[in-house]
Amino acid sequence: MHIDLRTISIKPQRQAFDHLIRRFGDKQASRYQEGSYDIQAVENLHYRPTWDPDQALYDEGITRIVMQDWYAIKDPRQFYYSTYTLTRARQQETTEANFNFVETRGLGDMLPENLRQIALNVLVPLRHAAWGANMNNTFICGYGYGTTFTQPCMYHATDHLGIAQYLSRLGLLLGDTEALDKGKAAWMEGEAWQPMRRYLEDCLVVRDPFELFVAQNAALDGLLYPLIYERIVDDYLSTQGGSAVAMLCQFMNDWFDETSKWIDAVLKTVAAESSANRAQLEIWTAQHSEKAAKAVLPVVRLGLADEADDAVVEALAAFKARMKKTGIAF
Amino acid sequence: MDAKVNRKKLGLKEKYKLLTRDLGWEPSYHAKEKIFPYATYEGIKIHDWDKWEDPFRLTMDSYWKYQAEKERKFYAIIDAHAQNNGHLNLTDARYLSALKIFLQAISPGEYAASKGFARVGREFPGVGTQVACQMQAIDEIRHAQTQIHAMSNYNRFYNGFHAFAQQRDRIWYTSVARSFFDDAMSAGPFEFMIAIGFSFEYVLTNLLFVPFMSGAAYNGDMATVTFGFSAQSDEARHMTLGLECIKFMLEQDPANLPIIQSWIDKWFWRGFRLLGLVGTMMDYMLPKRVMSWREAWDIYGVANGTALFKDLARYGIRPPKSWDDAEAGIDHMSHQFMLGFYQWSFGTCFHSWIPSDEDMAWLAEKYPKSFNQYYLPRWQHIKKLAEAGTPFKNFGVAKLCQTCQLPTVFTEPDEASLLCHREGDYKGEKYHYCSDHCKEIFDNEPEKYIQSWLPLPQLFQAPNFGDIGAWMAWVDLKDGIDNGDYVGSQDEANFQAWRGLATSNSNAQAQGEQ
Repeated sequence: MHIDLRTISIKPQRQAFDHLIRRFGDKQASRYQEGSYDIQAVENLHYRPTWDPDQALYDEGITRIVMQDWYAIKDPRQFYYSTYTLTRARQQETTEANFNFVETRGLGDMLPENLRQIALNVLVPLRHAAWGANMNNTFICGYGYGTTFTQPCMYHATDHLGIAQYLSRLGLLLGDTEALDKGKAAWMEGEAWQPMRRYLEDCLVVRDPFELFVAQNAALDGLLYPLIYERIVDDYLSTQGGSAVAMLCQFMNDWFDETSKWIDAVLKTVAAESSANRAQLEIWTAQHSEKAAKAVLPVVRLGLADEADDAVVEALAAFKARMKKTGIAF
Repeated sequence: MDAKVNRKKLGLKEKYKLLTRDLGWEPSYHAKEKIFPYATYEGIKIHDWDKWEDPFRLTMDSYWKYQAEKERKFYAIIDAHAQNNGHLNLTDARYLSALKIFLQAISPGEYAASKGFARVGREFPGVGTQVACQMQAIDEIRHAQTQIHAMSNYNRFYNGFHAFAQQRDRIWYTSVARSFFDDAMSAGPFEFMIAIGFSFEYVLTNLLFVPFMSGAAYNGDMATVTFGFSAQSDEARHMTLGLECIKFMLEQDPANLPIIQSWIDKWFWRGFRLLGLVGTMMDYMLPKRVMSWREAWDIYGVANGTALFKDLARYGIRPPKSWDDAEAGIDHMSHQFMLGFYQWSFGTCFHSWIPSDEDMAWLAEKYPKSFNQYYLPRWQHIKKLAEAGTPFKNFGVAKLCQTCQLPTVFTEPDEASLLCHREGDYKGEKYHYCSDHCKEIFDNEPEKYIQSWLPLPQLFQAPNFGDIGAWMAWVDLKDGIDNGDYVGSQDEANFQAWRGLATSNSNAQAQGEQ
């Protein structure tokens, strides 16, 4: 039986804030809309930055992408702080349970040695790559324009920090602090890792926020995550008896699927805005994905040996198909 | 082959180090100066970023977990508040003026802080510092959003909240807060940390936060007080970060001391001027008062500030130069602000009012050195004018301070019957200031402050050309609804009628029901 409780009913004076009514019509706004649209200052800014007087404090002109309205970009997940932290908190519980499961049952110690080595060699140095991705997304959030574009980049940055920390814990679990030391040495000196480190350092000097978005979030991660977490961890290691590693990496897999939807939505909106944007995105995507493919290849070889070349070619083809759906053909 | 790994027991500090700063690396494909291009131009010397002590050790997984718990509670309470017409539990709707100012001027500052911390979270060359700043960046997004969400329901029922996004950039009094944050963000990363992380978060936050949230609690504003409680543990982290940052900079090189001292001098005064808004709220806008601004200053300003600067004395830091003038101003500023707001209330997107006799007796008791002598006669005169049907309106345009953007309504530190006004020349132009300290801030960086956007001259420029109606449309101020005296306002009438519905069996018709 349904019972309606009575409360005193007062007719509201208005449904929403003016700027949201202008954008979405005279109705109540969602919390995502309230927390995201038009909350960055836009005009009558007081001072030019002393660190670069050529740009304004919030400057649409520091990227080659031109948008009539940057708030045309939106996050299909509708993440604002609350929905973001609630989502990650739930995933964090699962990850914690997975780590706990592997640890308490000694599954790490039961891993065949060759698989443990592959896991350590491939995954542990990636914690540095994740840190680079964190810095790049922090940059995009800091210097990008419009909250619906920049806000998810801050969440993406802290996600990458979380991933770097999960990879570090994986290293500690499977190989103690030595594994982290060896991983760092490989990252700094190991031949297989130098193209990847170079790619990230190249990204760290890019100061066009949208180019950086393409280089890091689309091109590099778009190849790296499917190759590492699907091909090597899920397909290869699991079938060989290393499903414990897959449990420790579940977060990264789920996360990649979820965040790709957001990245694709951003690219799609920006490409649809103008042919100039589309052309610029095609150039960037082509350039960076070619470089990224070269950077990931030697890393994939650490896991897949002779099959690596084919795997990277396939991943690149899949990435091209994915980009084509956003309107970017290269 | 099946060798068990013998795991070393890691201490918390050691483990946190592995999970944060060990992630970074020394670049070799590009010069460090190209990756961190803004790290040196301010003259601060850092020799060893590893000496940075992490102010708190929070990994992302625990961050998500703790913050999500707080978020769940917060939204449960504000949902209930909205559903049950929690706004009718307010002591009186005049309280909402304080919230309107907060939403228009302070919440946008939270968002600016978030952008600023994202920038310094990328620009500092040390990983420990970056991680701490990034966490503050994401926290500040939280604060901007929880504030907007907490006040959203008030916007549905009361005037003055609806155009905060436009007013942030256009109306005159919000320019005080925005110029503060614009000033910090246009500075280099180290000065930004002193401005926001140290002066604002550490020295001044208690003065903003504690009185404001206590004011909300005293006046039945469950939405705002819930935000306040929820943000408290974030603020504690931010304060620790601000303090760690200043100590780190001072310990790294003795040459940093004079630079930091000059920033402390500057940002204390910038913050002090901004907080005058809070003082006014405490003394005049709370129907049920927590304490006077003077008392809050004695507790949170003098007591905490003295202890802090005593602690920093070992590095050679002295209290801010303007400390004594701030102390002298405390007995006057809230009265000067409220008199300003009242006479220019045609141009504010909130209501002001003449304090009642009871209010004035309280003010006289709390301000024995100033109220009866300087401000009571003015209020009595204003009251007489209002009773005669000729309320005092000042349609003249106030002269703004080029630095802090406030109208020059303050008096000399040692002579409360004399308006304080300073003037200076720079490159053939005249500039005006509210005080010696604002003039000095200008003189130290004239090329920065000549750029100040002055909101009142804007009234005479395109697109308004001196037409007050056009200006009101431009700032989205609804004349006769959002502005003016609280007495006789729609907010007053609605609140009384709705409260009647909630607390009696009368069928009073509220305007909102028409």
